[in-house]
Amino acid sequence: MTEWLEKHAPKMVLAPSFIAILVFVYGFIGWTAYVSFTRSKLLPKYDLKGTIQYERLADSPRFEVALTNLAIFGVLFILFATIIGLTLAILLDQKIRTEGPLRTIYLYPMALSFIVTGTAWKWILNPGLGIESVMHDLGWTDFAFNWLVDPNLAIYTVVIAGVWQSSGFVMALFLAGLRSVDNEVIRAAMVDGVSTPRIYMSIIIPSMAPIFLSAFIVLSHLAIKSFDLVIALTGGGPGYATDMPATFMYAMAFSRGDIGQAASSATVMMVIVTAIIVPYLYSELRPRHD
Amino acid sequence: MTDISVNSVSSEKNAARIRLAQRIALRFGLYAMLLVFALYYLMPLFVMLTTSLKSLDEIRTGSLLSLPRDIDFTSWATAWSGACTGIQCDGLQPFFWNSVLLSVPAVFLSTLLGAVNGYVLAQWRFKGSNILFALMLFGCFIPFQVVILPMAIVLGKLQLAGTIGGLVLVHVVYGIGFTTLFFRNFYVTVPQELVKAAKVDGAGFFRIFYSIFLPISPPIIVVTVIWQFTQIWNDFLFGVSFSQAGTQPITVALNNIVNSTTGVKEYNVDMAAAIIAALPTLIVYVVAGKYFIRGLTAGSVKG
Amino acid sequence: MTETTQSILSIENLDKSFGAVKILKDINVSIEPGEFLVLVGPSGCGKSTLLNCIAGLEESTAGDINIGGRSMIGVAPKDRDIAMVFQSYALYPTMTVGKNITFGMKVRGTPEAEQQAKLNEVATLLQIDHLLDRKPSQLSGGQRQRVAMGRALVRDPQLFLFDEPLSNLDAKLRVEMRTEIKRLHQTLGASIVYVTHDQIEAMTLATKIVVMKDGVIQQVGTPNEIYNHPANMFVADFMGSPSMNLIPAQATSSGNSTQISIARAAGDELVLNFDREISGLNGSGSKEVILGLRPENITDPLSIVAQSGQLADCQIDVVEPAGSDTFVVTSLGGKQVTARLRADAEVMAGQSASLAFDLTKASVFEPDSGARIA
Ligand SMILES: Nc1ncnc2c1ncn2[C@@H]1O[C@H](COP(=O)(O)OP(=O)(O)OP(=O)(O)O)[C@@H](O)[C@H]1O
Ligand SMILES: [Mg+2]
Repeated sequence: MTEWLEKHAPKMVLAPSFIAILVFVYGFIGWTAYVSFTRSKLLPKYDLKGTIQYERLADSPRFEVALTNLAIFGVLFILFATIIGLTLAILLDQKIRTEGPLRTIYLYPMALSFIVTGTAWKWILNPGLGIESVMHDLGWTDFAFNWLVDPNLAIYTVVIAGVWQSSGFVMALFLAGLRSVDNEVIRAAMVDGVSTPRIYMSIIIPSMAPIFLSAFIVLSHLAIKSFDLVIALTGGGPGYATDMPATFMYAMAFSRGDIGQAASSATVMMVIVTAIIVPYLYSELRPRHD
Repeated sequence: MTDISVNSVSSEKNAARIRLAQRIALRFGLYAMLLVFALYYLMPLFVMLTTSLKSLDEIRTGSLLSLPRDIDFTSWATAWSGACTGIQCDGLQPFFWNSVLLSVPAVFLSTLLGAVNGYVLAQWRFKGSNILFALMLFGCFIPFQVVILPMAIVLGKLQLAGTIGGLVLVHVVYGIGFTTLFFRNFYVTVPQELVKAAKVDGAGFFRIFYSIFLPISPPIIVVTVIWQFTQIWNDFLFGVSFSQAGTQPITVALNNIVNSTTGVKEYNVDMAAAIIAALPTLIVYVVAGKYFIRGLTAGSVKG
Repeated sequence: MTETTQSILSIENLDKSFGAVKILKDINVSIEPGEFLVLVGPSGCGKSTLLNCIAGLEESTAGDINIGGRSMIGVAPKDRDIAMVFQSYALYPTMTVGKNITFGMKVRGTPEAEQQAKLNEVATLLQIDHLLDRKPSQLSGGQRQRVAMGRALVRDPQLFLFDEPLSNLDAKLRVEMRTEIKRLHQTLGASIVYVTHDQIEAMTLATKIVVMKDGVIQQVGTPNEIYNHPANMFVADFMGSPSMNLIPAQATSSGNSTQISIARAAGDELVLNFDREISGLNGSGSKEVILGLRPENITDPLSIVAQSGQLADCQIDVVEPAGSDTFVVTSLGGKQVTARLRADAEVMAGQSASLAFDLTKASVFEPDSGARIA
């Protein structure tokens, strides 16, 4: 008996977690996907009705805005966070004496909740008393900064706050990458008289392709899930100008009582994430041949 | 002849001086840039802090970036125990404790499960265990919107809707993937011979875990606890979806305070509330930044 | 348990596969009490896997393992009355040296007093008394090695298993510990299975050597047998350093004398007399063979061991003085051939010198199968 227990202990220990994941992740994904093919409204219904929900999504101007916003936000957010993160990492890699404290400063936003970040930037960017009034005080009296309430520009405030929060993290990733580059190669290049910028451009940065990939994965993942930041910063507004798929889904599920639309938009999100993550996980977990 | 040599020496000295000056200028530019970035990251914190210490009058008349004329802690008191989150006006205090009550068991349970799962997946592999790991890992990356609806239904069925227990369950379930990843990647670096030696010594699965693996685990436990605590404390989506008025976590309450439409807009109270909500994770970050960063990078690189 | 012998260990028809890959194929080995069995073979040939099967850390796919006359099918490692020393030492990193050594006894519930007594005994034997309160990370490689052995010795098992215990030590320490292990074996009279891929370790320690390749046993024998009568070209090549010269040649039998002729670079042939029978070469005939000749069987004519040698002039390509001997390289049968001369032999690269070939200890192999035919 104890022999049997000993033999099966590993599997038994893993079982509860695995079953939980099976039900709460895969079962639930299945449920949501299934419901996205029904006419569910306030309550879930279980008879399949084809792709009607997806047709409604396709026709919904609000969802179109959400997808467009995701594209704008995703591209700008990833781009700026990567550029700033990489720049900071390279600057910090120059034997800076105060590296420790500076790193702490660059990275602390990552410890904050997006709700806190959103709250702070909402105040800083607010049209009356925020940055605008600072500029007025500085003598630039016709400076106007009302992106937060401009339906066409509000999405860019989300980018600003998002980049502020996440670029330090990208810096940490790149810094770790820079530190793991083979020193011998760099020394050899220095001896050959290659200038520092050239060393970065042609030796170090190309060797960090895996870090770029990791940063891209993490950032795109943050972008797709971005919900809290939008809620806290703009509440999805003005109107639904800053809606994203994440906030769209939430609105459908909890304020509009339209489970069908919620499920189908969630499934769309799932598909986007899967398309990015699965190849990544596959390449990371694939047994390496050495 | 002497002339020429003197000349060349002095021109060489000149060149060296120019090179030195260039280097100094370069270093100066470097530090200046780093400083500008530091100010950019610090500015929101500075604004939050100064705003929270100003009176509403000063906020309206003064500048965003100015220091408070006289330091005024009343908005902190209001944020803690008087601000309105909708109809209720007890400040953040009850919600702060909700978050504590929620994160402590959730962090503990998910870390514990991650530790034993990681131990199995790293040292007691069996046929198919790598696939199980991949399936668990994928669970970390799903957009949680895709599980919210069925979760709400299941929590209702389990009589856990709107309870802290329900939120604990949610956080544990969706935290396991990461905690397992952390421990598994840590234990994978332990040579398999250690387990073999212990087996020959007569120790079994559990004995080996608590006599040999647990004692080497403090660093990864710290990383995991910090990661989970930050995640759970800062969570908003689950909080707003699965709690009700009395059980909301602090992030939800903060959002409600900021967006509450009753009375005048008290920016100073909003900022004080934001800082209070951020304080626990900020303190953890300042105290154990090294482990925090390790968690961040471990969570993104390598499976 | 088919037969009841007094063998400490007997392995019968053992197979082991990982998935579809067969790692061990039909292994049969047994050892008597007090024997020191060394398993040698190139990296990846399955030595550790075999040891793990004996320890019960891997389940065998087919066949049986008996320890002390008892079948080990389904018996857990802890119940096999064995102790094991690992290549990486596998010391428990958070426990002190003392705790490392007593952990097994603690798990088994041995009384505290007995644990202490045994610990002291072993610590004295291995001269690690002063290290008992240190952590493994505070020890040198050699000290860790001793602790790992101490952990095995306190068990006082029927059978010791060593998996390349010296491979992480530097050359000097390795020689020292080798002697120490030999001494322990002699004083304790223990039965040991020892894995290594270092053939010198194998030769010096073993009472019996098992040579493995790709999961198949190539030869079992005493060090002397393995060295002087290798069963095939693989064993011949693997054991001995520098390794045996394997020279393509032509064997010709005419009545009761046999000649072996080797092609030379100059176009002529070196013809040597061979006074043993080559199987497959009956009466009169001719046959392609591989002549296996160890460097010490090709010497300079003045060497005392050259008495039974046949002299021939050879072009010397390389001279490598090695202190006690001088190795020279010449070319025979299209191969580089190493000869071992006296240290003061007067040879120079590029010149020719007279070498003495002693074929009494030569081996002859079938070129295709590699099997020994004389
Ligand atoms: N758990 C396993 N699963 C699959 N293949 C394995 C496993 N363990 C070992 N192998 C394979 O079995 C073969 C034999 O491995 P083993 O460790 O026994 O070699 P070895 O002779 O001890 O080599 P070395 O001298 O390098 O220690 C190798 O090809 C190895 O890749
Ligand atoms: Mg091995």
